[in-house]
Amino acid sequence: MEHNVYLYIGVMALVTYLIRVLPLTLIRREIRNRTIRSFLYYVPYVTLAVMTFPAILHATGTFWSGLAALIVAVIAALRGLSLLQVALAACSVVFLLELVLL
Amino acid sequence: MTKAGWFRRGMKDGIPIALGYFAVSVSLGIAMQNAGITAFQGGLMSFTNMTSAGQFAGTTVIAAGSGYLVMAIMELIINARYLLMSCALSQRLDQSVSLPCRLLFGLTVTDEIFGISIARGETYLEPMYSLGAFAVACPGWTLGTVVGAVMGDVLPDRVVSALGVALFGMLIAVFIPPAKKDKVVAGTVAAGMILSFLFAQLPVLSRISQGVTIILLTVVIAGAAAVLFPIGEEEATDHGT
Repeated sequence: MEHNVYLYIGVMALVTYLIRVLPLTLIRREIRNRTIRSFLYYVPYVTLAVMTFPAILHATGTFWSGLAALIVAVIAALRGLSLLQVALAACSVVFLLELVLL
Repeated sequence: MTKAGWFRRGMKDGIPIALGYFAVSVSLGIAMQNAGITAFQGGLMSFTNMTSAGQFAGTTVIAAGSGYLVMAIMELIINARYLLMSCALSQRLDQSVSLPCRLLFGLTVTDEIFGISIARGETYLEPMYSLGAFAVACPGWTLGTVVGAVMGDVLPDRVVSALGVALFGMLIAVFIPPAKKDKVVAGTVAAGMILSFLFAQLPVLSRISQGVTIILLTVVIAGAAAVLFPIGEEEATDHGT
């Protein structure tokens, strides 16, 4: 059966948008339950950490440059550098290291 | 600050995101080209979806010619983390924020814009801030996809490789500072990394897709932390930047 690419894109966009917008429109009150509040407080940090590691190790040409980017970015973030500075530091170390390694 | 001021600040903070998106979406565009998706279709998909993992997976589904239901379920599983993010964000919107504004704000729920929105740390989020970031990031994402689909093979591998960590760098800059301040957050971050590493390495667990792993670990770790270390009132209001 022949499928239409535009219909595929429409299905993707619809499902993804509903996931994003339903909680924002349906949960209008402040949640009072302490456990749920705590859960939602911790969610962002855990999610971002899980997404970053170990995926960053496979994001570059070699494992070693990915590892170096992780270490440099964590140190830069601990020192309080901005989002852009941390991102640039990570990119630079990958570029320089791969000049040597590859 | 005025709404226009928040929008401008969001645009400024959205610039590194747009650059990172551009880099990642170039590789996405290359993948689409290989799957027989045109540059226009790719650009349209990026403009209407704005989700890296979801679009990479969607590209695979299109290439395989699977059904529309398979596509819907695939997107639901891979992007379910946005559901958690959206729940978290719902608690940081003033109740007076209107429905149309919420419908627009929903578009901005991506990993990175969510990250910088959370990192602002005010009691209530100003949706215009996130929309400002979206206004810059979405063109970057769309343009990168088109560039990748049209001329992906021209860019040097080294440049693509270096740009590939830009988004991770930004995510790290979002979760490390709060982990430095709050020991429990640090513990959840460390647990998340260790367990996701194990999930990627261990024989049976590594067959679970990354999207499912993210949801599973987030629910288990954040749930355990919420039961063992419930937050006090001060953290609930001042979201610890």
